[in-house]
Amino acid sequence: MKQFLIFVKKEFMHIFRDSRTILILLLMPAIQIILFGFALSNEVKNIDIAIYDQSHDAASRLVIRKISESPYFNLVASVDNLNDANKLLQSGKAKVVAVFESNLYNKILHEGRGSVQIITDGTDPNTSNAVTRYVQAIIGEAQLDMTHIALPVTAELSMLYNPQMKSSYSFVPGVMGMILMLICAMMTSISIVREKEVGTMEVLLVSPMKPIYIILSKAVPYFTLSLVNLTTVLLLSVFLLGVPISGSIFWLIIVSVIFILVALSIGLLISTLVDTQVAAMLISGLVFMMPVMLLSGMIFPVENMPFILRAIVQFIPAKWYILAVKKLMIQGLPVGYVLTEISVLVGMAVVFTTISLKKFRIRLA
Amino acid sequence: MESIIVRDVTKSYGAVRALKGVSFSALKGEMFGLIGPDGSGKTSLFRIMTTLLLADSGSVTIDGFDVIKNYKSIRERVGYMPGKFSLYQDLSVEENLNFFATLFKTTVEENYSLVKDIYSQIEPFKKRKAKDLSGGMKQKLALSCALIHKPSVLFLDEPTTGVDPVSRKEFWGMLGRLKEQGITIVVSTPYMDEAKLCDRIALINEGTFLKIDTPTGIVGSLEKRILSVKGDDMYPILKALRELPFVEAAFAFGDMHHITLKDSTATTEDVEKKMGDLGFSGLEVSEIEANIEDCYMILSKINSENQARI
Amino acid sequence: MSKGFSDREKVIEVSGLTKKFGNFTAVDNISFDVYKGEIFGFLGANGAGKTTAMRMLCALSIPTSGTALVANFDTMRESDKVKSNIGYMSQKFSLYEDLKVWENFRLFGGIYGMNEKEIAEKSNLMLDELGFMSEKETLVKSLPLGWKQKLAFSVAIFHKPRVVFLDEPTGGVDPSTRRQFWELIYKAAHDGITVFVTTHYMDEAEYCDRVSIMVDGRIDALDTPRNLKIKFNVEGMEGVFLKLARGANRKEI
Repeated sequence: MKQFLIFVKKEFMHIFRDSRTILILLLMPAIQIILFGFALSNEVKNIDIAIYDQSHDAASRLVIRKISESPYFNLVASVDNLNDANKLLQSGKAKVVAVFESNLYNKILHEGRGSVQIITDGTDPNTSNAVTRYVQAIIGEAQLDMTHIALPVTAELSMLYNPQMKSSYSFVPGVMGMILMLICAMMTSISIVREKEVGTMEVLLVSPMKPIYIILSKAVPYFTLSLVNLTTVLLLSVFLLGVPISGSIFWLIIVSVIFILVALSIGLLISTLVDTQVAAMLISGLVFMMPVMLLSGMIFPVENMPFILRAIVQFIPAKWYILAVKKLMIQGLPVGYVLTEISVLVGMAVVFTTISLKKFRIRLA
Repeated sequence: MESIIVRDVTKSYGAVRALKGVSFSALKGEMFGLIGPDGSGKTSLFRIMTTLLLADSGSVTIDGFDVIKNYKSIRERVGYMPGKFSLYQDLSVEENLNFFATLFKTTVEENYSLVKDIYSQIEPFKKRKAKDLSGGMKQKLALSCALIHKPSVLFLDEPTTGVDPVSRKEFWGMLGRLKEQGITIVVSTPYMDEAKLCDRIALINEGTFLKIDTPTGIVGSLEKRILSVKGDDMYPILKALRELPFVEAAFAFGDMHHITLKDSTATTEDVEKKMGDLGFSGLEVSEIEANIEDCYMILSKINSENQARI
Repeated sequence: MSKGFSDREKVIEVSGLTKKFGNFTAVDNISFDVYKGEIFGFLGANGAGKTTAMRMLCALSIPTSGTALVANFDTMRESDKVKSNIGYMSQKFSLYEDLKVWENFRLFGGIYGMNEKEIAEKSNLMLDELGFMSEKETLVKSLPLGWKQKLAFSVAIFHKPRVVFLDEPTGGVDPSTRRQFWELIYKAAHDGITVFVTTHYMDEAEYCDRVSIMVDGRIDALDTPRNLKIKFNVEGMEGVFLKLARGANRKEI
């Protein structure tokens, strides 16, 4: 036990004496949250919009009023032919033109549907998508005002829980997944591999210290740091980004701890596979980090991926974690809804730990 | 009592045969030297003896414990300083020693007497980080760390490589004092001149032991005669010596050339005359006793010729 | 020594060279000359300041005061010209392991601005002399250490530098390769290349035409091995070294 304690103490010393590591470990989560929350936000505000109204009735006027009141749009012009609309777009004076078909009010009333054509610059699909969503939302609202009947809502589910469509809602779970993965998997594997690289591992192995203790004492500091980071990220997202924790904090933490364990076991696994710190960094970076960012649904929605990618995504732990966090934290669903995610994560933790313990050699290769 | 018994150990890495069947034994309290260049198999042998690596065949026992079956018992009783050891650079002298003491289930206080001789030299700098120590100081700290649990056998893989002659001499002095306390020491070195400080040595070349004996025994059993030659313009002399019919090999050796004779009847006068005829001046030729390095070179040449024949 | 160097051309001229790191003087006002075709041994204990001094001579580090001329170029103001006139080899960095033998020659020849034809001719010549022609297409990493060291030396003198700096070139090499290596050094010196070498093997110090011994950042002795041994009344260079280094104040820390 004394052996174990001094080993853990030594690990903490390594961490705290390397100012770069400690900076990365403690500052990075905060920076990422802030970056993703503000700077990299995919919200679009103050879009210059032009209107081509062929209808001039109650419906179109209502929608136009709502557009002009919306913080997302800045009404710059009203035109009466498509040519003028195109000119505005080409000159950059307007980013979007909304074209209202004639007799909009009647069509909505009698046919239950109307159409507004949105013309945008397709070279910036993110903005176009966002604009389309905003206009759709506004039209939906207008419909409701006019008919007092809730029409089947076609907008995405996320809008239900994120009515202002703040991007931080979708980024916070992603950043949490990424940071925990980075700290646990990358840092753990690097710190084990470093001992191999500098030669101290030989001395450790020749000592009476049990290999399982070596592994455990490597994991303890990063586990602790992960909890600190989890707290930071949650506090920042609640108080700085205004993302509420709608569900149970208890279960949110339980799920996070399970995910941390998965990440730790991945770190151990990497350390048994490679012999240099560079390799450890590359593997954890390329094989684990990139997919976490790109495939876990953090940036691109999983539903839009081709089948093969969707199949691969099922094996990415962060995907399940992010899903669980979205449900627990953003949607405020009870734990019953994340049982699948929890069991997948527990399964992964067990599998990775078993493999890495089996692979951790009591001798050199 | 035999402290280490190594029998017919072989080890290959893919097609590379690092150890081609080596055997030796070392008595309790003996200082046994493994003498050979990089890549001759010293490190593999150390790793096999310290339970870090499994031999392909053969057996090793340390204090009667088998390196495979009883590896845990061995790990409790040996001290090991690997070639590229490397303390924890970001820990201080004191923290390193404490860490290794605890790792081996002991305390610095308990075994202080054992390391006092060495550790007291670096103790004034105990708050200093290991990375800020010089080469010689690092070696001393590493040795202290390897000794702190009072091992009965100490394995030192090239502890003096890259260390200057002064620190090297000091280091060997420390090893001599440890030996007096009954610790068996196996030490490797590429510096042939350090071999004479061991009780017995094994000359190792390309995974084979060329010879195991006391340093004087090795020198004494050499059947070849060796002459030293000095003169003006040493490099042309060396080339000319190689052309002499009775010279088997000629090498520069410090400020003189050593020649191994093929024909044991040739005398120093013969060499002087032949070389004088070739126009060399300032010649001094004398018969000398071979040193370990001469022996190593002659034996490894014979060995590689034998291998070529097979 | 029979070869008189002092009437020859000076290839390295060092005067009052000093390097300070904060209030620590790593190299303390050293002055010496090295002549064309000389093998100059640069000895000293770990931490005596050898590496720092050598870095300044290779124009890799700027002196705090003093000057060093290498191949008649000022290491401070004409570092590019210095660099194209020197070769460098250390125990650590020798060759690109994942390149073939001749590819290493081509690379280094190219770095020093030699043309393809020159490189091809020269590398064939060198490989032939070394007896390595059969290994021309071999990847460097599959060669034994001794061969690598010999090749690395050949690469270091490939562009026919005026001076070649060797930093502990023979560490860990077996005795016969070590001697073969020194024969390459002899040959290079014979061809007019000045050799500036550091080593921890005291017998190698005996091979040098002149030896300097650094203690505490100063050069405390500089002479032929023979004169040094007479002066200190000892048998070998190791004796000289021990006598000098024992007097070091800069305790090994």
